[in-house]
Amino acid sequence: MIIRLTVNGEPRHAEVAGWESLLWVLRERLGLTGTKGACEQGECGSCSVVLDGDVVCSCLVMAADADGAQVTTIEGLGTPDRLHPLQEAFVAEGAVQCGYCTPGLVVAAAHLLETNPSPTSGEVKEALSGNLCRCTGYGAILRALAAVEEGR
Amino acid sequence: MSVETRRRVRGGIGESVLRPDGIPKVCGTFEYLEDLHADGMLWAATRRADVARGRILRLDVDGALAMPGVYDVITFADIPGRPYQGQIVPDQPVLCDGEIRHWGEAIAVVAADDPETARLAAEAILVDIEELKPITDVEQALEAGEVYRHFPVRRGDPEARGEVAVEGFYEVGTQDQAPLGTEAGLAIPDGAGGVDLWGPSQWTHVDHEQLVACLGLTPDRLRVHISGLGGAFGSREDLTLQTHIALLALRTRRPVKQHYDRTDSFAAHVKRHAARMWYRHEADRDGNLVRVEARMILDGGAYQMTSQAVIANAATFAVGPYRCPNTFVDAYVVRTNHPPAGAMRGFGTNQACFAAESQMDRLAAALGMDPLDLRLRNALAPGDPLATTGQVITEPLPTAEVIRSVAALPLPDDEPGDDPLRLPGGTGLTTPPDRVVRGVGYAVGIKNLAFSEGFDDYAEARVTLTADGAEIHTAAIEVGQGMVTVLIQIARTVLGIENVTVVFDDTSRIGSAGSSSASRQTQMAGGAVQRAAAAAREAALRLAGGDELDDDGVWRDGRLVMTLAELAERGPISEWVRFRHPETEEPDEHGQGRLHADFSVAAHRAVVDVDPELGLVRVVRIDIAQDVGRVLNPVQLRGQIEGGIAQGMGWAIMEELVFRDDGTVANPTFTDYLLPTILDMPPVEAVLIEEPGTWGPFGAKGMAELPTVSVTPAVVAAIRDATGKALSRVPVRPEDIVFG
Amino acid sequence: MPRACVPALLPCGTTTATLGSVPVEYVRPKALDEALEALAAFEDPTPLAGGTDLMVEVNLAHRRPTAVVSLRDVDELTRWDEHWIGAGVTFARMEQAPDTALAELSRTVGSPQIRAAATLGGNLGTASPAGDSLPFLAAADAHIVLRSVTGSRRLRWDEFLTGPKQTARRPDELIVGVELAPRPERQAFAKVGVRQAMVISAVSCCVLRDPSGETRVALGSVGPTVLRAPRAEEVASHAARLTSSDLDEFQRRVTEEVRPITDHRATADYRRHAAGVIARRALERCLR
Ligand SMILES: Cc1cc2nc3c(=O)[nH]c(=O)nc-3n(C[C@H](O)[C@H](O)[C@H](O)COP(=O)(O)OP(=O)(O)OC[C@H]3O[C@@H](n4cnc5c(N)ncnc54)[C@H](O)[C@@H]3O)c2cc1C
Ligand code: FES
Ligand code: FES
Repeated sequence: MIIRLTVNGEPRHAEVAGWESLLWVLRERLGLTGTKGACEQGECGSCSVVLDGDVVCSCLVMAADADGAQVTTIEGLGTPDRLHPLQEAFVAEGAVQCGYCTPGLVVAAAHLLETNPSPTSGEVKEALSGNLCRCTGYGAILRALAAVEEGR
Repeated sequence: MSVETRRRVRGGIGESVLRPDGIPKVCGTFEYLEDLHADGMLWAATRRADVARGRILRLDVDGALAMPGVYDVITFADIPGRPYQGQIVPDQPVLCDGEIRHWGEAIAVVAADDPETARLAAEAILVDIEELKPITDVEQALEAGEVYRHFPVRRGDPEARGEVAVEGFYEVGTQDQAPLGTEAGLAIPDGAGGVDLWGPSQWTHVDHEQLVACLGLTPDRLRVHISGLGGAFGSREDLTLQTHIALLALRTRRPVKQHYDRTDSFAAHVKRHAARMWYRHEADRDGNLVRVEARMILDGGAYQMTSQAVIANAATFAVGPYRCPNTFVDAYVVRTNHPPAGAMRGFGTNQACFAAESQMDRLAAALGMDPLDLRLRNALAPGDPLATTGQVITEPLPTAEVIRSVAALPLPDDEPGDDPLRLPGGTGLTTPPDRVVRGVGYAVGIKNLAFSEGFDDYAEARVTLTADGAEIHTAAIEVGQGMVTVLIQIARTVLGIENVTVVFDDTSRIGSAGSSSASRQTQMAGGAVQRAAAAAREAALRLAGGDELDDDGVWRDGRLVMTLAELAERGPISEWVRFRHPETEEPDEHGQGRLHADFSVAAHRAVVDVDPELGLVRVVRIDIAQDVGRVLNPVQLRGQIEGGIAQGMGWAIMEELVFRDDGTVANPTFTDYLLPTILDMPPVEAVLIEEPGTWGPFGAKGMAELPTVSVTPAVVAAIRDATGKALSRVPVRPEDIVFG
Repeated sequence: MPRACVPALLPCGTTTATLGSVPVEYVRPKALDEALEALAAFEDPTPLAGGTDLMVEVNLAHRRPTAVVSLRDVDELTRWDEHWIGAGVTFARMEQAPDTALAELSRTVGSPQIRAAATLGGNLGTASPAGDSLPFLAAADAHIVLRSVTGSRRLRWDEFLTGPKQTARRPDELIVGVELAPRPERQAFAKVGVRQAMVISAVSCCVLRDPSGETRVALGSVGPTVLRAPRAEEVASHAARLTSSDLDEFQRRVTEEVRPITDHRATADYRRHAAGVIARRALERCLR
């Protein structure tokens, strides 16, 4: 079947098969490989996207269910020459090592700062508790968020 | 002076230079293995064993082959070359050879149009198995003589005795590296009987060596390329899917891609060895160690992988960074029917460190001594022999200083309040603040740097001056650790040129850089780059008859005499270096000798809050003081420290691959193999001790493993301090605290 | 491609998408009636709510649904008031619930990403012994309302939950919501797991206590389904003020009444012990 959805502000459509996930469709059918998958069971958050206003795990969204939806992926947040402030801070603070968790974390963190511009440290941690990072130990990620908050 | 008129190179060593792959990574444009694509590619899926041990009575792939969209199925019989692989001893069948030796062993691999078809076909393969009784107990394996390596240490007087003795039995569970990127790869046939391979590797040249043997190819027919990796931590040191997809690509003449799911990943890559360790420490009344005896058995799993090297580390660091004249160790690594164990950050030192540091606390208690005083009294220093091998420490080794430095950091003085996020049990609301007990624990770790035991350990690099800067060519692998940044910083500092890029060459273009493991790449690849850059600079100055080099070109007496473009035209200047570290030797029959090239030490302090009635732990803070030689990039170094601590802390309180009695794995998913979340990770304070080493670039020492090593015993010591429980096993489970 | 609407054959708007040569039907009804019709029309229909259980099983190849009825657009399922929680209400919404225990438990479900998608109906549909809504529903003596084209049924929680991952729901029925009778304000939920977030409960518990002292306690992950501890309720209910020996007795009885097993998350002994501890502490919270 064919689904139509808005991805990063642009209307897109894709042929989807069976119960393929939105993650798969973004990566393999729409060529948006910025969104990563590390577990396909909702545990790691590396597949996080904004779907109709909520951050969700795209691996757990049946692609057919995203027909008609608004989706924002990492590619929609910034580009190498126009970085989102969080993207800039992630690089500057060393919040990126292997970088596999990064797209999902940046999507989740950006959504947090949009919905709650000055979160407490507890709110930050709770909001990002569904995004696993195996490399950084999270310290640099917290410093990146703090830097963005300070910079505003 | 002319030098002042020129700009100084920016982004050299000592600065927090930003990683060159940072921007692509935050934008999602960085290309990882799983993002690779080739037109017309097939997808592979693996059929695995669901028992720990058995004999395959029937293996029928016809049904799978007949399914529409399926192109090929390979089994053991299809391996064209040597059907066994392994870095040290090739004993692992590329695909199951008829006897299943561990849960998750690969039996057959399918190539099909799409991953779902491949998966359905893999399921459709008929496998009749006669189950056999697995060996799951290390003692039983040892009794049965299933020993990969016995590493004995006999040093000093067997009759020597101390006045105070403590004994302990310790156990550690299996840890998985769980890099966020699972294994993925792409193999593209070259149309001339050869293949290009992108796979999860920490060392492409050693993969190449094994792959050509298994595929029956001449070396020139296979090129192993480097691509983006979502972490490694040891898990990519041994082959997983590479042989399978390369073979399928050769057979189908189509590109073949595979991307493991998390369960495949748990099944396929090596793990940190589980271990059982028995220890006896003896000291005189003043607390001087007189004798240490240890017997340890590491669970090597079904195949050897790097177990032989891991056990040497466990044995040689059995005592920790302490002096002891009389040391007797029997360290064994044995074959069981668990999934193979191999490399993981710390590489054998973690197990020994947990037991040895637990012993030091026990000994301090028996002596009525402060545990830090006991450690300081015995602290290993340059000029001392290592307690196990007798190797005299000739490099700087600030053991006492790391201990003093971490102890001098202020302790947190917060009181547990009502915020559940700051209480054990978190939002589970299990624990009121008045049920919380705080504990503090210390541990000290020591680790060898680079490869040991006489291995010919080298790294190659080439530095080429181009029309507008310089290129570093290397086969060293960036797994996320930031090596790429450090190589650039080293080259900039040496050359005086700022515009430096790294080109990751495939195996046909440059020689080995050795593995991105063993804390070695900053020293080894970095050492090679430093020397190649120095040679390139020399050559440029000589050619142009100048006295300085920068991004503009060669200068003499403050005047530009030749631009880089002119130099490149005249040159080209391209200097290749093969760099080796100081020689090491194999142990004698008593485990004695100069086994290691270099050492480093670190000390951790952990502060925990415990709910003793429920056995729940929240780690409040972890501090570390570490010997790093010289800081090359402060931000990246901090990242290695915090990330390493997270992994060692995870092993202390939550991470374990659990085996059922029948040898199968109970929790091969992220639902039940728990990694620390951002809410589990405490703040970290780090003190860096800079006593330059003698052979690393600018005195730098490898540092990325130690943060993982001694944090585990420090956390457990802190829980002991809070609860008074003996806790001789990691990970510490709630029931261990409640009923221990 | 959407099929032409053939009444009594396939529901309107059904599309078929072949996956690895297996056809999968998918329909996204706009209203409850349409959803019920769809369930009746397919041979083996699978309702899809937030997907946080279903898609995990699909991704791990443990389940391959052949006909999916998506509930995403069925607004009737998201109704929520004092006496009713629609099956489509998410845990993210329930974090703001006026019922203390419901808000508390909702905050522990998975991560923000999971809570944004995961629904009460899905938690009931899966009926895992570790489902975190279940101790609250059991303690509140909730009724689960099921509806099909042929009518509706109202089952008490213990009639609905028949075993681990087993319910009394027929394949053609939809869980439309949960009916809640008036319940005390004093409520507490607690859940034990070894990680500070994103953890499946090793033991969970909900206590409700009204001003007269009547107390209800339900425990999760310590039996084939969520269970109540009637003998413990008895000691806790006998007085408006409880002594510490009452609390001791309450705790002891909870440990006697649970029926835990050992698995890789915890041993039976630990679960038994921890059940008593958290039940007592939850009760103490209700007494404050
Ligand atoms: C990472 C992760 C963490 C989790 N953590 C927790 C946790 O802490 N606590 C917890 O309790 N659960 C947890 N879960 C499980 C899951 O999120 C919950 O069970 C959730 O409530 C399921 O709701 P859903 O809407 O996503 O259901 P779905 O996945 O859409 O459906 C689940 C099942 O119910 C059926 N179903 C759904 N709606 C209806 C309906 N209205 N009528 C009939 N049948 C229906 C479906 O057919 C399916 O069988 C976790 C899941 C993940 C992936
Ligand atoms: S891939 Fe979706 S949460 Fe891990
Ligand atoms: S940077 Fe590697 S997982 Fe986060």
